[in-house]
Amino acid sequence: MEVPDAAPPAAADVYLEVQRSAAFQEVRSRYRRFVLPAAAGFLSWYFAYVVTATTAPDLMARPVAGAVNVAMLAGLGQFLTTFLLTWAYTRHARLRRDRAALELRWDTQELTRGTKGGVA
Amino acid sequence: MTQDHRALALLLFSAFVAVTLAITTWAGRNRRGSAEEFYAGGRLFSPMENGFAIAGDYMSAASFLGISGLIALYGYDGMLYSVGFLVAWLVVLFLVAELVRNCGRFTLADVVAARMRERPVRIAVGTSSVTVSVLYLVAQMVGAGTLVALLLGGDGGAAQAWTVIGVGALMVIYVSFGGMRATTWIQIVKSVLLLGGTIALKVLVLLRFHGDIDRLLLSAAGHSGHGQAFLAPGLRYGGDWTSRFDFISLGLALVLGTAGLPHILSRFYTVPTARAARRSVVWAIGLIGGFYLMTIVLGFGAAAIVGTAEVRASNAAGNTAVPLLALDLGGGADSTGGAVLFAVVAAVAFATILAVVAGITLASSASVAHDLYASLRRRRGKARSEVTVARLAAVGIGVVAIGLGLLARDLNVAFLVGLAFAVAASANLPVLLYSLFWRDFTTRGAVWSVYGGLVPAMVLVALSPVVSGGPQSLFPGVDFQYFPLDNPGIVSIPLGFVAGWLGTVTSPEAPDEAKHAETEVRSLTGAGAV
Repeated sequence: MEVPDAAPPAAADVYLEVQRSAAFQEVRSRYRRFVLPAAAGFLSWYFAYVVTATTAPDLMARPVAGAVNVAMLAGLGQFLTTFLLTWAYTRHARLRRDRAALELRWDTQELTRGTKGGVA
Repeated sequence: MTQDHRALALLLFSAFVAVTLAITTWAGRNRRGSAEEFYAGGRLFSPMENGFAIAGDYMSAASFLGISGLIALYGYDGMLYSVGFLVAWLVVLFLVAELVRNCGRFTLADVVAARMRERPVRIAVGTSSVTVSVLYLVAQMVGAGTLVALLLGGDGGAAQAWTVIGVGALMVIYVSFGGMRATTWIQIVKSVLLLGGTIALKVLVLLRFHGDIDRLLLSAAGHSGHGQAFLAPGLRYGGDWTSRFDFISLGLALVLGTAGLPHILSRFYTVPTARAARRSVVWAIGLIGGFYLMTIVLGFGAAAIVGTAEVRASNAAGNTAVPLLALDLGGGADSTGGAVLFAVVAAVAFATILAVVAGITLASSASVAHDLYASLRRRRGKARSEVTVARLAAVGIGVVAIGLGLLARDLNVAFLVGLAFAVAASANLPVLLYSLFWRDFTTRGAVWSVYGGLVPAMVLVALSPVVSGGPQSLFPGVDFQYFPLDNPGIVSIPLGFVAGWLGTVTSPEAPDEAKHAETEVRSLTGAGAV
């Protein structure tokens, strides 16, 4: 099962080359520039919510309008931000990443075709 | 519950079993053998179909009955669960779904093993995947047994045991004869039934209050016996600091665990591309989010219409809140409408459990055959076809799950689900994220990260109040409780990440740059994806 450690197959060089290419660096940085801040954002917002709900129930119980209090708004806010971020992520991926990634995919597969260890 | 209720519920349930068996027969015909077919259903499902199937895998009876029940009993604190279960999908969408679709073939271990020494990594990740799946499976089996005892009024013991055995037998049949194709269609049918049932109940609740959510909430607070406190956090998790930390620990496990659940990850392989995987997660988020919003209405509706005291009297854990609500909405215990709605809810809950166990059994049989068997079998031994091994593994897992399900009959279902999430977040998520995002990650780091999360999670549970030292423990007579929390997540998840880092920096071997380049390029572009 294990891949022998002997002479590295040529396909490995292709992947290293693609990884260093400007086109790939651009796709990667677009992906990370969106995903990392957004993930940090929603995780902090979620943990702030959980910690506040468990440690400061008085704040959460403050009424806003009718039966609706801060806790209800915060909980529904979590649902809302989840839907919004889902929409923003797919939009970003579709407009800023998909086309470039697809081109890289064909180019890479073209380069690995026929090389040792490459995917046909 | 009268005889009519039971007869009708059994009839509807038998109809569902008949439909699923028909699907299995149809999916299993003329499609013998190929691994692509068995594990990934041919990889040609559409994003919408897969989105419904993911939602079907995720919306277990624990959410349908359990979360609405918790809301009916504790008000706002029950809602905290649904928020965690939903937000978790952003982790899946952003960091996992597309990348896993691009680099893996059938299992989680495929992704990690692609850039590491294959054998130790496959054994580690395969072991933790099977552990997570079995825990989740036992939770569902226990839920099924409890449900039957509750809904069909069986006198506990015998009915419960036979249900666990029956559910186990059915899931083995679905998986070993129908593979991923049958499992996916069963999930889709179940999703539609569950969402349909939930929408119907939600509409009836809102009609009862003339569409006025404010009145619904006020009435729920009034009938709960807690007044306004019912609408704010604190009734369940607001006591001492131990229970607060326990909830924070659970919250952490819920949001990070989903992305490490093997049966969820394997769903991304049933669609042709990473883009389709992304779109199926978007479908799933929409369906799951809508479903949880509706369960909140059902939970408060049960408190308002049935009353918290009534719900607690029927089942202390609140699991019967929705069936009782259905009975009332249909016109009361003696009316035809009440009996029909009650039977429909019971049948939907059964369908939910059956579909979820099929999904998990498939994922764990894939881990056994594709990861563990492929790595552990003797080199010169006669190689059986992997799919044959997977079918046999499904039978083995079915037997183990039935046995454990019978043993764990009295454990709390929500606790078991929380535990499965905690183990997934501690053992599976760190290794997956490190493999996808960390250039210097090594084989030792991968192996340490899996065991460094898995072992503490299991040990802390063994030392927790769930197992010993309290009146509700598994072994109430003895006391070896040294860890105060029910859920180990807050300790074991960071340990999994730290162990992976420690293993990597102490590793004698240099990280393989070429393999990392391959993983990174493939994960982001889809080059060479199957």
